[in-house]
Amino acid sequence: MMDGTDAPSGRGVERLQPAVQPPRRKPVFPFTAIVAQEEMVLALLLAAVEPMLGGVLALGDRGTGKSTAVRALAQLLPDMAVVPGCRYNCDPARGCAMPADCSSQGEGRVPVPVVDLPLGASEDRLVGALDLERALTRGEKAFEPGLLARAHRGFLYIDEVNLLEDHLVDLLLDVAASGENVVEREGISLRHPARFVLIGSGNPEEGELRPQLLDRFGLAIELRTPQDLPTRVEVVKRRDAFERDPEAFCVRHAEAEAAQRARILAGRALLPNVSLPDAIMEEASKLCMALGTDGLRGELTLLRAARAVAALEGAAEVTLSHLRRVALPSLRHRLRRNPLDDSSSTSRVERAIVETWGDEPGQS
Amino acid sequence: MSVEAALLCAVDPVGLGGVALRCAAGPQRDAWLAGFRALMGHAPWRRIPPDLPDNRLLGGLDLTATLALGRPVAETGVLAAVDGGTLVIAMAERMPGSTAARIATVMDARAVVIEREGVAFNAESRFCTLMLDEGIEADEKAPPALLERLAFHILPGEAPPDLDLTEARALLPAVTMADEFIEALTGAAMALGIASPRAVLLALNAARAAAALDGRKVVEKADAELAARLVLAPRATMFPPPPNSEEEEQEPPPPPPEPNQDEPPPPDEQAPLPDPKELEELLLAAAAANLPTDLLDKAKLAALTSRSGGGRAGEARSQAKRGRPIGSRAGEPRGDARMAVLDTLRAAAPWQSIRTKPAHSRIAIRREDFRIRRYKQKNEVTSIFAVDASGSSALNRLGEAKGAVELLLADCYVRRDRVALIAFRGSRAEVLLPPTQALARAKRSLAGLPGGGPTPLASGIDAAVELALGERRAGRSALVVLMTDGRANIARNGAPGHARANADALDAARAMRAAGVSCILLDTAPRPQPAARALAEAGAAIYLPMPMADSARMARAAGAAAQRLAP
Repeated sequence: MMDGTDAPSGRGVERLQPAVQPPRRKPVFPFTAIVAQEEMVLALLLAAVEPMLGGVLALGDRGTGKSTAVRALAQLLPDMAVVPGCRYNCDPARGCAMPADCSSQGEGRVPVPVVDLPLGASEDRLVGALDLERALTRGEKAFEPGLLARAHRGFLYIDEVNLLEDHLVDLLLDVAASGENVVEREGISLRHPARFVLIGSGNPEEGELRPQLLDRFGLAIELRTPQDLPTRVEVVKRRDAFERDPEAFCVRHAEAEAAQRARILAGRALLPNVSLPDAIMEEASKLCMALGTDGLRGELTLLRAARAVAALEGAAEVTLSHLRRVALPSLRHRLRRNPLDDSSSTSRVERAIVETWGDEPGQS
Repeated sequence: MSVEAALLCAVDPVGLGGVALRCAAGPQRDAWLAGFRALMGHAPWRRIPPDLPDNRLLGGLDLTATLALGRPVAETGVLAAVDGGTLVIAMAERMPGSTAARIATVMDARAVVIEREGVAFNAESRFCTLMLDEGIEADEKAPPALLERLAFHILPGEAPPDLDLTEARALLPAVTMADEFIEALTGAAMALGIASPRAVLLALNAARAAAALDGRKVVEKADAELAARLVLAPRATMFPPPPNSEEEEQEPPPPPPEPNQDEPPPPDEQAPLPDPKELEELLLAAAAANLPTDLLDKAKLAALTSRSGGGRAGEARSQAKRGRPIGSRAGEPRGDARMAVLDTLRAAAPWQSIRTKPAHSRIAIRREDFRIRRYKQKNEVTSIFAVDASGSSALNRLGEAKGAVELLLADCYVRRDRVALIAFRGSRAEVLLPPTQALARAKRSLAGLPGGGPTPLASGIDAAVELALGERRAGRSALVVLMTDGRANIARNGAPGHARANADALDAARAMRAAGVSCILLDTAPRPQPAARALAEAGAAIYLPMPMADSARMARAAGAAAQRLAP
């Protein structure tokens, strides 16, 4: 790279690249090589097993591996069936949702899309817009799908979600919740399906998210730099080894990756059959009432997440211990918050868990 | 220092990220830059201002070419063009956090990925970054997201010699390092209160580059020491515990990132030599030689604001890019401006019959037809609370004042305002909390505010005005909420005495009025005081005597004032 060749001069002009490129297969830090950060790893796995969870928000210190984990998950996910060439990622089993705009047919397999929303992305690239080329050259009014269409049935990842402009975050959460992108702009009016898992990450010190937005993420996790030396050394060693020789590092973890992938698939298959006893539902309601969470979203997420844990672990029935494991990420961002109350919501949820369900049997 | 940093960075520009130079422009800095540039050979060298718009930074639609050719043409940004070379950021202290985040993303991915203006592309780009930080005040500093990714933070000294680094660069991939060094550097980083693992990874790369520079394939102790001194020491947020005394006699300022940080574990895991623990102490000793002189201040500031806080210049400068649309105007859809397509077509329509059209094109649109959307957006407001915590006030109603501030804070929260907190008591005023949106933190500093002592009212007003002007420079409106009983007894020069102190306070208030800083004065005395009223008049402040103003009414008044500032 530093071989002294002259790069193209400042304002290079080049042919427009096709908007959809073949996925890059650059080596990515393996998911199973992530040290510590159990809560984040579990939350991402749950989102992979149960897409209805409503996304994951990961807030934490710099250098805690937030982006690393999301990119690693992308690589772990099994392929999905699509109509080849469809710009809306339609599922061949359900038929194309946009027959007027899409003539693709047949069936093919592609990696599950994990679409990055780059900072500075404009609204038109996100929701789609008038196809500028056709508008300028042929005077035609045509729709060019945006990132939301491309993320359909996959993941949409926003790094630094707290730096994203509020109106874009609003829009994203709206679409993520409704599963449909409604475009009304520049004389275009259409709607297309956009069901994706929203993953946001950010450093809370660079700006806070509005509480209204917080609540719309399914799970919220807090990341901190590990505080013991051996763990830290392990983090540094693995990252360093990966950067020195990514391919060899990935090969060493290939087996673990395959096992994890199989676990996700088994979890997905089991999920519809996991039973949810009434007693457990009652326990979930009790906890939510003790915490005074608004609305039913918290309760629903808590139950869904508990089911997903059970499925991931191969259990046929949700138990209290499953609830315990997901209570914190499902509820900590939904507490009615006195903006000035600085007791952390994490400790409030922990307290409520002990008060409602008692101490965990055995070790925590 | 400056020589080693330049040489190491030139050996491994991508692995080390780059160098942050903090100093004013001058011949010394120019000489250092010229020396570094010579080391980098003919690689690209791009210098950018701190507020480069996205289409220049990342790339976007090239309007001129698009129109000339009648089809969309992408334009490469600086970050793609600088691949394999050096990015120089001038006046980095003025770089907005969002721009820094974009550059950091590209550095991490080692590729530029853009999705904007109807253009999508993905280009590899690996480069090193030099940040020229000309900040003078403590709150003027380069964006932390980028600082974190650059291995070296130096003051430019001697310029690097012109060496041929071809061999060292060729040797670098083969350099190996014993695990003990990794353990020792990680331990040293912990002892210095450095939370991010990135710092350690950069230190590892620096040690390797040092070995390669020396023509060796194996990292030795001296390399690790150099890395600790150059990479870790400038990032220290606390003094390392003294060696061999692991007693729990740690002094109050706990490490800022996690207040309940554990002590480094006792050295019971014995490794064959070199013992990582011993090595760690050597590294710490090396780092100690280079600990920043203002570490204590920094540690204190960090403890108060938990690092970045706010107050970076350059934020929120630009015109409204969102908010309520209010029609369109002529202008180019550059940067964040959004094109009003229909209005553009409408503007072009009348001329179609007389314009010559490009081949295969039905309509001819020229530059002058472009219309962009206009938006109206609320201004950001910073509320600066200057609280009189002196004995007289404390006796009167510091507690009630605190309650009022809390109500006001809740109000600020609703409006997403920033707040800052200044307390004055004893001999001087102190900024307890630089402008921030983290209101819980504001409440915390307020709750811990001790009362008592004489009243340096003039200093308090001065400090508030200074902060307000800083906010204004950063493009935000500022509102000073002054809470005092108006009875000053410490003059600006620190001397006691009512007469002089009152004159100084009135002076300060007049200066505030002259600077055009809006102010609300809450009189905290049990009965309205003529002194406070006179002060309010001198400063053109809204005067609210607290006995008649219950907390809610004060909050309403402040809210109304803030509304006026942010139309």
